Amino acid sequence: MPRFANPTQFMKLSAALVPWCAAAAALGIGAGLYMALFVAPPDYQQGEAVRIMYVHVPAAWLASLVYGVMALASAVGLIWRHPLAHVAAEAAAPLGAGFTLICLVSGSLWGEPMWGTWWVWDARLTSVLVLFFLYLGFIALANAFDDQSRGTRAAAILAVVGVINLPIIKFSVDWWNTLHQPASVFRMGGPTIAPILLWPLFVMALGFMFFFAALLMIRMRSALLEARLRALKFGNT
Amino acid sequence: MSAFAALVGRDLNLAFRQGGDWANVAAFFALAVILFPFGVGPEPELLARISSGVLWVAALLAALLSLERLFQSDWEDGSLEALVLMPLPLELQVLAKCLAHWLATGLPLTVIAPVLALVLHFDAAGMGALVLAMLLGTPVLSLIGSVGAALTLGARRGGVLLSLLVLPLYIPVLIFGTAAASAASMGFSAQPHLLLLAALLAAALALAPWAAAAALRQAME
Repeated sequence: MPRFANPTQFMKLSAALVPWCAAAAALGIGAGLYMALFVAPPDYQQGEAVRIMYVHVPAAWLASLVYGVMALASAVGLIWRHPLAHVAAEAAAPLGAGFTLICLVSGSLWGEPMWGTWWVWDARLTSVLVLFFLYLGFIALANAFDDQSRGTRAAAILAVVGVINLPIIKFSVDWWNTLHQPASVFRMGGPTIAPILLWPLFVMALGFMFFFAALLMIRMRSALLEARLRALKFGNT
Repeated sequence: MSAFAALVGRDLNLAFRQGGDWANVAAFFALAVILFPFGVGPEPELLARISSGVLWVAALLAALLSLERLFQSDWEDGSLEALVLMPLPLELQVLAKCLAHWLATGLPLTVIAPVLALVLHFDAAGMGALVLAMLLGTPVLSLIGSVGAALTLGARRGGVLLSLLVLPLYIPVLIFGTAAASAASMGFSAQPHLLLLAALLAAALALAPWAAAAALRQAME
């Protein structure tokens, strides 16, 4: 672990990894889209519109996953003062907000033909909307102070406090009577959807994850370079 | 224990001597609630249906008003640094400040709420549940708000940022508080909602001072 704490080591490692992650992302999303649009069958009730699921569901998984990564990085940064942890959390935040936005918008576009409404205030949608505001709050708080490190630490605490929302999102469809579909993949007793529908979901999710990894490393690299530039410009030690 | 009580007493003294704050909060609450009949029309049935929601949203917004100054004045004049050095743990000090804040703002809101509920044609059958729900919910608002106030200490445009941070975390209190009041006013049992509010209070009492103290410590670094 201490080996990766060195920013120079990270720059070397990420320079090697980013092209591979980007290629894997392109492959994963490309293959996933092909499977989603041509291989998977249309739904007996929803017809072709069910294919929005292959964007909506992986985006939702990533939205929660990225928040978990962000909260974990923040905790590591606060407890062990790992130099890259806060950089990682701040780099991940806009990415997570983006995935959440994709999830909300695609869900809305799916809901209109299926449920007859663009939005409904049920537990799952409301808790994901709260997740979106937590991301925005994190970004706003991190940039709200003249002393950048103060903002970083405050946002880190906010990220850890907001982790409570993740189990609420996950279990909201079980605890409340919701319009949103209950869990059909990650549940006790295994998935309830057919493999032909499950595989495109997993491939898309994998593609999204590599996409996130590539973007995260790119953002972290530019953050580290920016810090180096600032140090050079203002002649810090 | 006496240090805790002394801190609560000090904050209450400051709150009442500086006058304005609790009266501002109460006045804002009353005015916000009174605006609704003008906005949606005076029809009693409509007002009765939205009354519990309106009361809770207005209470939430009124509680937000005074949160910014929870730690601000101490931080500005340097007494926060002295408080950190006290033998009383910072977590307990935060708890003391939240208690004082609740006594100065949440409690007046709870007292005024039944009066305003009558203005909104809230069914009197639900009055007990409304008061109980506010008694359980307003401390949670102070506790969660203290975390937000500690995080935004010294930030640019701290007041607006505080609202952005704290309002999403207030939503569960709002949901269960309004559910308790409306359930009781319609003749159903408010107990499940009140129990969940009590659970939120227990969780906030345990977790919020810890988070707020961590935020205060990093604000002092």
